[in-house]
Amino acid sequence: MNSIEVKNICKSYKDTKALEDISFEVKKGEIFGLIGPDGAGKTTLFRILTTLLLKDSGSAGVEGFDVEKDYKAIRRIIGYMPGRFSLYQDLSVEENLNFFATVFDTTVKANYELIKDIYVQLEPFKTRRAGKLSGGMKQKLALCCALIHQPEILFLDEPTTGVDPVSRKEFWEMLKKLKDKGITILVSTPYMDEAFLCDRIALIQSGRIMDINTLEGIILKFPKKLYAIKSDNMYKLNSDLKECGMCDTVYIFGEYLHLTPKSSECSGLEDYLSEKGHTGIEISQIKATVEDCFMDLMSRHGSTNNE
Amino acid sequence: MRTIFYIVRKEFKQIFRNKSMLPIIFIMPFLQLIILSNAATFEIKNVNFNVLDLDRSSLSFKLMEKFEASPYFIRSDGELSVNNVEEEILNDKAKLVIVIPENFEKDLVRENKAEVQLLINAIDGSAAGIIANYAQNILIGFNIEARINMINMYDPVRTPSIGISYRHLFNPELDYITFMVPGITALLVTLIGLLLSSMSIVKEKEIGTIEQINVTPIRKHELIIGKLIPFFIIALFELGLGLSIGKLLFNIPIVGSIWLIFLFASLYLIVALSIGLVISTFTDTQQQAMFITWFIMVIFILMSGLFTPIQSMPMWAQRITWFNPVAYFIDVMRMVMLKGSGFADIQRHFIILSIYAVISTSYAVFRYKKVN
Repeated sequence: MNSIEVKNICKSYKDTKALEDISFEVKKGEIFGLIGPDGAGKTTLFRILTTLLLKDSGSAGVEGFDVEKDYKAIRRIIGYMPGRFSLYQDLSVEENLNFFATVFDTTVKANYELIKDIYVQLEPFKTRRAGKLSGGMKQKLALCCALIHQPEILFLDEPTTGVDPVSRKEFWEMLKKLKDKGITILVSTPYMDEAFLCDRIALIQSGRIMDINTLEGIILKFPKKLYAIKSDNMYKLNSDLKECGMCDTVYIFGEYLHLTPKSSECSGLEDYLSEKGHTGIEISQIKATVEDCFMDLMSRHGSTNNE
Repeated sequence: MRTIFYIVRKEFKQIFRNKSMLPIIFIMPFLQLIILSNAATFEIKNVNFNVLDLDRSSLSFKLMEKFEASPYFIRSDGELSVNNVEEEILNDKAKLVIVIPENFEKDLVRENKAEVQLLINAIDGSAAGIIANYAQNILIGFNIEARINMINMYDPVRTPSIGISYRHLFNPELDYITFMVPGITALLVTLIGLLLSSMSIVKEKEIGTIEQINVTPIRKHELIIGKLIPFFIIALFELGLGLSIGKLLFNIPIVGSIWLIFLFASLYLIVALSIGLVISTFTDTQQQAMFITWFIMVIFILMSGLFTPIQSMPMWAQRITWFNPVAYFIDVMRMVMLKGSGFADIQRHFIILSIYAVISTSYAVFRYKKVN
């Protein structure tokens, strides 16, 4: 059975199309990642699924409930963590937690088992005001508040944006544990490297889903050969490669350039670069990363970024 | 119902944690009542005046003496001549210059009429009006006396004169504080009801907490009621505090029923809170809410009869005050406190404000549903 079913959803804000014909399903008990850059429409999608926003057309269901007709039922069974910290900054950790528990007609005690792992880290600060917590602690508190009523599905909108790498890792470990307890998790992120932590991912760009698959599935589908290349003068290397006419795409990836050659071989490339006066050239064929797939899909969809 | 209680509890916690809120609730009433009640008065004392006496007769001296004897006027130093009259007012040495023309006494005795000219600095219009009024009173007194003296010379037996005696009902000593305290207390209630409530609702939007609240089973009406109840309570507390300060510190009479005042204030607060709610639906940040509320409040207050009487406004302005809830509230406060009006006397106010309450709450609910 599917936890979330989305069919052909469209949503526009005046002239801008935020979502165009979005369809996907999330299976019960999986971590599903929505991966895409800022402005791709991730938050709009979240707000429609959490009953905060009305869609223009299409249908969407959460645990079999319609997001518009049965919004009351949905609100009882979902936990939502918006991208922006939205708990009461002037209430303490404890008070925030208690407030959201009482609103759901339950108590912190009754659900302590579920949040225990996370809450023990917060416990030393329980009388501190939420606004005075560090970024990572804020995220943990927000997660606790979203879990306090034992939701069946968690919606996490960019939970790791602006959080340090250590806290990010911890956060994903917590998500894994929650998954083991049977909670379905829909999570969005602009970080491609978090894709491998999800069971399945959807790549989203300019309001359209470009591909949905497991991470391996997406990478296997990468159609071309991919090379990583490096030399002592990276700036010149970048412009030379773009000029030479032998490459389809050239992108900067950290200390390497990733390029896909036009012909199947790139043997002439090294000679060409030596001629141009490059030293310390390294070329090796590599496996595609999510980011490569994303770039490739993006160029093939011919999408113009209308930011 | 329980949800509303939880929201109210949360709201009170937040209000009392807000550093600017406590002074507003507890200190501002004292400051406003003490400063405004003492400062805002129409009485003007010690007005500098001078006289350009071109007649130099016994009657003109008598007139001068009358002004000097008045507690309101102080004669400034220096003799005036025709040339430096204007200078005197320009340099602000005198607010009032009395010009007594030549043949003043002669004209008065022979032709039974004479004229004096009053030059008044009217930069502050209302002050000028008051000064003119004082001067006129002195002149009328002088006029009667002079006539009596003249008539007496011919016919000492018949001395016709009309004596006027005043009795100011409900505020016998025309005490300005008595007049201001009810109004300013009404103002405090308005401030809490309108400004703080709209800011508090917008705050949830601005901080983003509304997003988290909206995905919970909390219903919209529960959230609004839960958020407005604390301000309703605080505003009524303010009213009680204002009345206590008035009674204990200024010894203001509270002739009518206190319960009637609170009953009317509750109705008034429903109007104020729903206007606050409407404002909150038009704005996204507390700053915007504050500006709009401030703008509306200034108009409400200027047209409320708090400082200037409504009767003195032009007709079109008086018509506007019919739509001003603050005017009704201040009027009722004064009527009940000073005159002891009962329910029957303020029935009209009740009916009008009830209509107002129905309209404003329905519009607020309509707006809130549409926007959020």
